[in-house]
Amino acid sequence: MVLGKSYPTIAFYPEKCDGCNRCIEACAEFHAGTANPELSRIKIVQDTENGSFAVALCRQCGEPRCVMDCPSGALKKDMDTGVVGWDESKCVSCQLCTLACPYGGITYNPVTHQVMKCDFCDGDPACVTACPRGALELRTGADIYNGWGDLEDLFVPGISACLGCNSELLIRHTLRRIGPNTVVATPPGCIPGVGAVGFNGITATKTPVFHPLLTNTAAMLAGARRYYSRIGRDVTMLAFAGDGGTADVGFQSLSGAAERGEQMIFICVDNEGYMNTGVQRSSTTPYGAWTSTTPVGSVLRGKGRDAKPMPLLMVMHNCEYVATACMAFMEDYYAKLEKALEAAKRGMAYIHVFSPCPTGWRFPPSKLIEVGRKAVETNMAPLWEYEAETGRIHFTYPVENPLPVTAYLSLIGKYHHLDDEQIAHIQRKTDERIETLQKFTREGNVKSIQDVA
Amino acid sequence: MSQSTYLIVGSSHAALSALEAIRIQDTDGSVTLVTQEETLPYSPTILPYMISGQVNPERIFLRDGDDLDRARVTFRKGARLVAVDPANHSVSMDSGETLNYEKMLLATGAEPTLPPIPGMKDACCHVLRTLGDALQLQTAAQKAKSAIILGAGLIGMHAAENLAKAGVQITIVEALPRVLPGYFDEQAAGLVQQVFTEHGIRILTGSTVTNVTASKGACTVSLESGGELSGDLLLVATGVKPRMDYLAGSGIDAGDGIVVDDTMRTSSGDIWAAGDVAEARSFFGGKKRVNATLPSAVEQGRIAGMDMADDPAASPFAGGLPANTYTFFENRSFSLGMGVVADSEEGVEVDLIFQPTSMQYQKLVFEGDRLVGVSGINTDLDPGIMWQLIRRKVELGKMKRRLAALPLETGRILMSSMWR
Repeated sequence: MVLGKSYPTIAFYPEKCDGCNRCIEACAEFHAGTANPELSRIKIVQDTENGSFAVALCRQCGEPRCVMDCPSGALKKDMDTGVVGWDESKCVSCQLCTLACPYGGITYNPVTHQVMKCDFCDGDPACVTACPRGALELRTGADIYNGWGDLEDLFVPGISACLGCNSELLIRHTLRRIGPNTVVATPPGCIPGVGAVGFNGITATKTPVFHPLLTNTAAMLAGARRYYSRIGRDVTMLAFAGDGGTADVGFQSLSGAAERGEQMIFICVDNEGYMNTGVQRSSTTPYGAWTSTTPVGSVLRGKGRDAKPMPLLMVMHNCEYVATACMAFMEDYYAKLEKALEAAKRGMAYIHVFSPCPTGWRFPPSKLIEVGRKAVETNMAPLWEYEAETGRIHFTYPVENPLPVTAYLSLIGKYHHLDDEQIAHIQRKTDERIETLQKFTREGNVKSIQDVA
Repeated sequence: MSQSTYLIVGSSHAALSALEAIRIQDTDGSVTLVTQEETLPYSPTILPYMISGQVNPERIFLRDGDDLDRARVTFRKGARLVAVDPANHSVSMDSGETLNYEKMLLATGAEPTLPPIPGMKDACCHVLRTLGDALQLQTAAQKAKSAIILGAGLIGMHAAENLAKAGVQITIVEALPRVLPGYFDEQAAGLVQQVFTEHGIRILTGSTVTNVTASKGACTVSLESGGELSGDLLLVATGVKPRMDYLAGSGIDAGDGIVVDDTMRTSSGDIWAAGDVAEARSFFGGKKRVNATLPSAVEQGRIAGMDMADDPAASPFAGGLPANTYTFFENRSFSLGMGVVADSEEGVEVDLIFQPTSMQYQKLVFEGDRLVGVSGINTDLDPGIMWQLIRRKVELGKMKRRLAALPLETGRILMSSMWR
């Protein structure tokens, strides 16, 4: 199914707005050469009762009512840019568009007596640039659907993942991008658990797929790859393994395969526990988290030990490519899949995906993406990559002013019992981990991974 | 003999809106669009602007050949519908040709009515509904020094303004006591009339024409009050009625217009109607009537198209309500909903701002806590947001006072919290 074309959009964050009106001045300046607010295409209003801000701005609608109601053909949606354009020479100022628009997006222009609306300022909106508080943002993430929307989802519909499951989002996007020339391995865990391998001899994927043991995913893929290579076929090996099958009982075979430079893409779907079997702790479960084997009571207060830094451990194996990822940053993930695909031709590409689990972590399914975003914005799940070529780590989404970890912890049920000491511990560890990672960047004081690995 | 899945008769707003809706849902079904016009699709709304030369007649078209090809539509110009045979799913055209369809939309619009005044039929008067009418009027205007316009509705007023800009001396004769009686109350209409008078246009309200005679290229009308008016040109803009002559013998239910249900279906299976030709439910009261406005045509066309193509997102017509915008001599105005034309205030609460010296007028009409009507001249608010407040039957509560005091800001705040 073709997803159709996606366009950039201007997003407004009312909690960040303080009514400074710089966006309004910039818009008027750009379009009319004067900072007169009456000539701005973006309008900010403040609710005097509760102080909150609202924006009236053209949404460049997919089915624009102004276009449909225009009798002169002056309004027309450009299908390449998505912008609903207005042709001054055709407009007769009938104002029917102002009656059609439900958003106050097109309004009377008091100087020209015609109308005016947002035109995206030739692709670089002045209001976005002018806002000093980041209340306006040009969102171009949807571009990936223009690039990848035509790719086929190679997983069947109807797999029985929980509502809001991050894994389902992950595996569908990943296999679309990696493509059909792939062998998929997925050890015991949620992913085969929802039916991703298939049932009764029928696969759930339009690629070969198999179910290794929890201990030997990397070894089996290594073997399969070596065989394909021997018969002259270049087929991609792809693992979707949970944190148990990657960092715990799966680590031995993974470590061996990485050290040997076996060719594969190994994706760790890190939901910080053995979810499929009832939410037991793993070596990637963070400090303080409730699990069924690190319960919360009068004595124990969640997991007492920090998680091991799995992706950094993989960097120490001299892999071709190592990256961390999060579904809340989809363009970042697609870019990393591309690099992984390339790297797997030469050796191991390892991607550690931060994978929040609404069921196991106890948060509403609708908050999945927000949890992911907060994890990145607090530095609890920093986004970076390592390439053998450079021998260095670099942050693909640097967070200049990280939020305090509480902004993330407060969203998630498994952390609700944390006391101040525990939170302080988590904050300290988070800060230390970022410092450590920074040492391996170009600006850090470690010359290259080879110095330490 | 031609066969299509979808046959659309008409090529203005309702038809084009239906076409878009069909193609969003059904990219493969064959679509034929037929029009009695000899041109690409255009809107009658644009025609008055051609007369003053403001608009180039070659640039008025809403779709060009490429658009129609991309939408994979078979477009037939100069084909006038003359008969409908619902049982056989076929129609006859004036050429004698038969077209077959699986589903058909009648969007044939309305045509001007000539009032039954003695002498009218022979008087060679102008009307303004088609491109042909506009071109004829434009040519006549070039030679005319004066013109008489019957009817001070939207078309009459637009024509008057544009003819005046083309240098013609205008007199408007309106039978009802004020201009634009369908949209404005006495105070608002008075403001509009004042502007026209200041621009040298003479308006006679409450005046009925009893006779029309034409001789040597000039027209003379006799008024009931006594007295006569003469002009080089007579334009009749007293109203339109749905074009339904082709329905004879079809058995399709029709009153003032083609009767439709809330999905725009006619009484005959597989035939829909939308736009100026249709008689559909009203938003207030539910009674069916012809809602001959552009926004209504677009909305009805869309619903018809969605229903024809079995679009699961189709929702029924919420009902037509009077809604229009009107700009005149660099003033802007709009009228929306119920109670705005009333001069007295029964059963509703009215918030009125009337400042004739600054040419400002604003009337908000509330029924309980709901906005039911709003009209304004040179007033700052978003008509589209007001329409949504009416349509959504928003219970304003505390916001009612704020809306009346600051309709622009309050409207935007409500929009942002409710349907952004």
